[in-house]
Amino acid sequence: MAAQVRVYRSRIKSAQTTKKITRAMELISASRIAKAQQRVAASLPYARAVTRAVSAVATYSNVDHILTREAENPKRAAIVIFSSDRGLAGAFNSNVLRKSEELAELLRAEGKEVVSYLVGRKAVGYYRFRRRDFVRDWVGGTDNPTAETAHEIADAVVEAFVRDTADGGVDEIHVVYNRFVSMLTQTPEMLRLLPLEVVEGVEEPTDRNTLPLYEFEPDNGEVLDALLPVYIESRLYAAMLESAASKHAATQRAMKAASDNADKLIREYTRLANNARQQEITQQISEIVGGADALSTN
Amino acid sequence: MADLTVTVVSADEQVWSGQATMVVARTKVGEIGILAGHQPLLGVLAAGEVRITASDGGRIVANAEEGFISVENNTVTIAARAAALV
Repeated sequence: MAAQVRVYRSRIKSAQTTKKITRAMELISASRIAKAQQRVAASLPYARAVTRAVSAVATYSNVDHILTREAENPKRAAIVIFSSDRGLAGAFNSNVLRKSEELAELLRAEGKEVVSYLVGRKAVGYYRFRRRDFVRDWVGGTDNPTAETAHEIADAVVEAFVRDTADGGVDEIHVVYNRFVSMLTQTPEMLRLLPLEVVEGVEEPTDRNTLPLYEFEPDNGEVLDALLPVYIESRLYAAMLESAASKHAATQRAMKAASDNADKLIREYTRLANNARQQEITQQISEIVGGADALSTN
Repeated sequence: MADLTVTVVSADEQVWSGQATMVVARTKVGEIGILAGHQPLLGVLAAGEVRITASDGGRIVANAEEGFISVENNTVTIAARAAALV
């Protein structure tokens, strides 16, 4: 009987230790969310400036650029998957990976070959475990994404897009990442990055016949050449930052759930331990009383 | 004369923002000076500095390599991945 109590005590201890860890992780993530959100906010002016510039070119001149041109017969599509380096974030990684599988399925149904670019160790692990090939990976920086990484990714995907399909180039680039909706909700999102289609931002000129004279230096072709890769880069950077903020939020929620669960376990085991202790005492009393009775009747 | 509203942004932060009387930048084809009332412009910046003469007379020099400059309605935006004040 005493052994039973000891087992419960050790379980309580272990739940308490785990709870300390998960609580600490919860607090760390909570403070990181705020920082990640600040970074998202800080990157907005740049993203806005780039978007406005792209829409200015698109609105005030005829855009025909290799990055906006649709392939007539798309053969190969690339998916860039933004996962995280570390787990302990609930369904964060499995959500984004599931979404990417759905997208790959869809693209294959359209008769395209699918290649992958992976960001974050979890996605790489997922692919390695299934012995699947991927073109390139970026790991180690998902908690604190830098503009340089975004630049690298943009360079790689633009290069693949520009290359001829016969040489292993791709005709479409898709992005899958977790969008930060709120502290409680992060939804996996996919968007087609290339060929570029949606350009939102500046107000359309009211009268198409009287375009304000927009000056391009050196000329609109070269401005587009310089601008579109930057635009793609800023979209990728935004996705990375959102993904990082989502990861921290997901970790915080998962760790909060774990701490709450530890609380529940501690309460349950404490009750059981008390019960066992009480039973032991009751049994001892009844043994003593029984023994005394037996002696006295003799 | 009206002033220009100038913002200098890098990929991860807003570097500087304020009123200015003149902005001088170096684009791919040469130096360009922008005063209030300039026509809409979109230019690709070349290596070099962007000099801003603030309305209060101060001078701001920024590095904005591989960036671009856009002018619209007396609003000048200089955006570069690694913009920084010098």
